Amino acid sequence: MSPQARFAASLLTPGSRCPPGLMTWNGSDPGRRFDVYRNNVMVSLIDALADSCPVAEALVGTRFFRAMAGIFVCANLPVSPVMAHYGKGFDAFIRTFEPAAGVPYLADVARLELLRVQAFHAADAVPLKSADLAHVLANADALPGARIALHPSVAVMPSPFAIASLWLAHQSDDVSAALGGVDAMRAEAVLISRVGLDVTMFSIDAATSVFVTSLAADMALASAAGRAQATDPAFDIPAALALLLRGEAMIAINFPESMLND
Amino acid sequence: MPVLANASPESFPRLPSRGGFGLKPEHFREILAAPPDIGFVEIHAENYMVAGGPFHHYLERIRSLYPLSIHGVGLSIGAETAPDEAHLDRLAALISRYQPESFSEHLAWSSHGTTFLNDLLPVPYCTESLNRVCNHIDRVQERLGLRMLLENPATYVEFDASTLSETDFISEIVRRTGCGLLLDVNNVYVSAVNHHRDARSVIRAMPLAAVHQIHLAGFATDSDADGYPLLIDSHGSPVAQVVWDLYAFALDYLGPVATLIERDNDIPALPVLVAEVQQAEALLRAAAVSKARLPQGLAV
Repeated sequence: MSPQARFAASLLTPGSRCPPGLMTWNGSDPGRRFDVYRNNVMVSLIDALADSCPVAEALVGTRFFRAMAGIFVCANLPVSPVMAHYGKGFDAFIRTFEPAAGVPYLADVARLELLRVQAFHAADAVPLKSADLAHVLANADALPGARIALHPSVAVMPSPFAIASLWLAHQSDDVSAALGGVDAMRAEAVLISRVGLDVTMFSIDAATSVFVTSLAADMALASAAGRAQATDPAFDIPAALALLLRGEAMIAINFPESMLND
Repeated sequence: MPVLANASPESFPRLPSRGGFGLKPEHFREILAAPPDIGFVEIHAENYMVAGGPFHHYLERIRSLYPLSIHGVGLSIGAETAPDEAHLDRLAALISRYQPESFSEHLAWSSHGTTFLNDLLPVPYCTESLNRVCNHIDRVQERLGLRMLLENPATYVEFDASTLSETDFISEIVRRTGCGLLLDVNNVYVSAVNHHRDARSVIRAMPLAAVHQIHLAGFATDSDADGYPLLIDSHGSPVAQVVWDLYAFALDYLGPVATLIERDNDIPALPVLVAEVQQAEALLRAAAVSKARLPQGLAV
């Protein structure tokens, strides 16, 4: 084991002895000083998760959240110095974290918050405006085969819990009053996208969720609409497209080449 | 490999000899609405290694108003293994996009294998470590096509393996690699207290001719296992008076040098940061006046 491997191993093993080869000017126990590094590593990584998931933290309280995050951190250290992407898998960890079982929606709220961070930092692209769409709709024959390119910030998250309402309640000045009106056990689906510079969430129904997810999987418009209608026969394509427009969620509509050649 | 037009050390643009602060998202809009009269801003490179969104939107606009320092915190120059080429690629892209007046990194390691530890960890001051750090800096400067500044560390432990003083170690790095020195005066003070050195002697023994930027920050006070003070480089409070005094002492030797107020935790309102920058600028102006009285025979 190299000296830095020993140093890193000691850092990541709480309560272990400090690595050999350390000294202090006054002969004091270097373990106490080494603990500064140990503390910096753990606290900064837990802070990173808390910064990304403030609502999840509020739902269970800071002490519980930080203890839970600490266990995740020890098993899931960052693999890149780009910390904006740290926390992937935290929601899956929470889902299996027994002490959090009493808050069944905690994992989904954390996932929503992590998706918001990714939407915030996603690549820039010019969204389609209504004029662009009107032009496209004129080409009605080709529309069923068209594929819609979504903005890099777009994400869809269906949940068996009221994730959007829970999140929104925490933006209120009086969180407990706002939470009083939320039925956490009601299913909600959310479309996340960056409108201008602001990450924005839209509550969507299950069929629209299927529709956007299908578009994201590069499915043609007719197939995506078909899947949505299978979920809910009342699925309204124009309403869904209007929502994507308002959410600045579309960047291009690509027609199959055979149609363009006609 | 993209080679910058300003690749040679002589032509690499310099930060002005003024005060600046670390750019924080909390202050983006306020800075653009009423740009404060400061000399430059500094960013942490890794925070801007994201594809798009508000960080780049605001940085592009703020960068057009101020000279820019890009300060890396994740390159792990002191690691046992060579700098990560993927990370160097990301740095090269950021530098190419924003054309900073300065790029700096730390004398520390923060990655081991594929694990990023998110802290600046200490290196022993021995020949083996010296050779390794120099090789890594050579690679960084070659890949990025610039002369980087290396920051002296704040440390909490020392190593049995060290055979050189910190100042000799850093001086030799500067001599061999041609890199510049980012003199973190708070780190000098923190390390001096933690290892029972005289901070002013440390400053005098640094390769002062290579200093192109100064960092000032606040520290927190703890104690070691025997109750002696142990200072923590926390960046969470205003610059301490004792660090201002040490800064003034350093400026007596250096003359005016670009000086950053670093604040990464408990970020205060913008006017509070601007006031700290102005405090630094008052000392920079005094240093400019007294530069003519520079002690003779010093290699500065």
